[in-house]
Amino acid sequence: MIEVNNLHKTFGGGAKKIVAVDGVSFSARDGEITGLLGPNGAGKTTTLRCLYTLMRPDSGQVLVDGVDAASDPLTVRRSLGVLPDARGLYKRLTARENIAYFGQLHGLDQATIRTRSDAAIRALEMEDIAERRTEGFSQGQRVKTAIARALVHDPKNVILDEPTNGLDVMATRAMRAFLKQLKHEGRCVLFSSHIMQEVAALCDRIVVIARGRVVADESPDALRAQTGEANLEDAFVKLIGTDEGLAA
Amino acid sequence: MNAALIVFLKEVRENLRDKRTVINTLVTGPLMGPLLFVVLINTLVSREIEKAEAPLKLPVIGAEHAPNLIQALKQQRVEIRPGPADAERAVREQDADVVLRIPPQYAESWNKGEPAQVDVVFDESQRDAQSAVRRVQAALDGYGQRTGALRLLARGLSPSVMKPVVVAERDQSTPQSRSGQMFGILPYFFILGALIGGMALAIDTTAGERERQSLEPLLATPVARGKILAGKLAATTAFSMTTVLLSMIAFAVAGHFLPTDKLGMELHLGLAFLARGLFVMLPLAALLAGLQTMVAAFAKSYREAQTWLGLLTFVPAIPTMLLTVLPFKPQTWMYAVPLMGQQIALTRFLRGEAVNFTALALCFACTTLAAVLVYLVTTRIYRSEKLAISA
Repeated sequence: MIEVNNLHKTFGGGAKKIVAVDGVSFSARDGEITGLLGPNGAGKTTTLRCLYTLMRPDSGQVLVDGVDAASDPLTVRRSLGVLPDARGLYKRLTARENIAYFGQLHGLDQATIRTRSDAAIRALEMEDIAERRTEGFSQGQRVKTAIARALVHDPKNVILDEPTNGLDVMATRAMRAFLKQLKHEGRCVLFSSHIMQEVAALCDRIVVIARGRVVADESPDALRAQTGEANLEDAFVKLIGTDEGLAA
Repeated sequence: MNAALIVFLKEVRENLRDKRTVINTLVTGPLMGPLLFVVLINTLVSREIEKAEAPLKLPVIGAEHAPNLIQALKQQRVEIRPGPADAERAVREQDADVVLRIPPQYAESWNKGEPAQVDVVFDESQRDAQSAVRRVQAALDGYGQRTGALRLLARGLSPSVMKPVVVAERDQSTPQSRSGQMFGILPYFFILGALIGGMALAIDTTAGERERQSLEPLLATPVARGKILAGKLAATTAFSMTTVLLSMIAFAVAGHFLPTDKLGMELHLGLAFLARGLFVMLPLAALLAGLQTMVAAFAKSYREAQTWLGLLTFVPAIPTMLLTVLPFKPQTWMYAVPLMGQQIALTRFLRGEAVNFTALALCFACTTLAAVLVYLVTTRIYRSEKLAISA
């Protein structure tokens, strides 16, 4: 369970001041997939970075399973699995070593790391690349490794920043199936995207962000009803006031 | 397992798999200095010795004007060669190290008993020619003095009339101290070794990790940033200490290939030097690793970090140059200044001189303190959220 209350984040000062997040509130429940949808530059990544405590919000509160991210960031990070926008691997380590490193950092013992890695490698169908050094991996192979690494500690909450970015059709389909599997395991899944079809196909709940603000927070059906548009794409364009930066 | 240790082990393992880093740390860094040194010193020394022992070839212009002088020079193992048309030009263009010119008036002045002038043409800035110049001057002086003494005797005077003061030189330098003077540059090689050894890791673990976009996932793990940094600093320090250790061992071995005995010098590069040298150098390696990490953390990219660290490499050259150029007497407080303390201590170790315990302890403690301060500052920098974001 992730709750966000009235989050604000500003970069720079004076004339160069940029308001990235301007009063964002929403919650993502366990056993649901919540989509953070918005055009490029709407403040999705900054919001997520505040969630996994990489950034400190200027004001507002983030609660993960009831724990305040500002007062106890380590506990919050422990209960989160994060696939950030930056998902670089250590290219001189094998995929399995990359996963194990994060397992160790999460304080897992060798046996647990072994079982969890095996399970993740099976689930993500990456047996053929597990023992290879990650140098020269394809984009899809890199994302798989990064996800396995992010979930090695079996977190209750999973945050993914544009997880299908740069993936081909097959890999995107596999990713969607994987997100659904996480949901059926009862986890709270929160991901950001600027692709409407993806959000519409996957999410139980859609949070639409534009210019740092939440402009809608509904189920896909409610969203259609609210805007009076039968087509989701038209509904989104109506909500954010422009179709700039959105991909069909 | 402690998180800092996990980070340390991973950084070490990852970097040991990088051929370029391994070659720089374990081969180039420690071996280049000693190799360069042995080759350089050997070439220099054998040339000097060859020159001192071989007959000196001296181009002479107007040899026919002073047959006695020429005869005397020949007895000093000087080979007389026909002189060039233009003595100054021959020296300027380095066709000759030194040219002796005897003017036509020489015989006339000589016969009148007046000072007869000869010209020694040379270029003071040509280091290579100096020993030849000195030999010619000594031979001419000797001839002048002998002739002067004979003339005094012929007039019934004792030659000692001409020597109201006799200067007896009592050189207090020992074989060790003479070598210390010559090898004053040596400590810089050890310091350079530490910098070369830490460079790759300092960049790879900070600016490199950010540029490869792996820093953000790392900082999303439930490990305090201070611990992550501690692991990274420890890895960088370990590499630079390894380089220092290897370069000191390499120098200890290389010392046997230096023709120091031919120079009447002695270089203390044995086990005692190794132990005491490491005692003062290890905290410095830690300090330099911390500085490198701090500088690299500020850099926006791998390339920028490389540029800054390249500049940082020249910083330790400053005390080396100052101490070589300026004459000074080591004071205890100097040991408290990192880099300077190591420079002085290593030089004294090389000369086989004792350094008292207070000075050594001061050197160790102050450098360690400086290293701790740098680590604290670097940790603070790492808390900045700008640092984590790769953009």
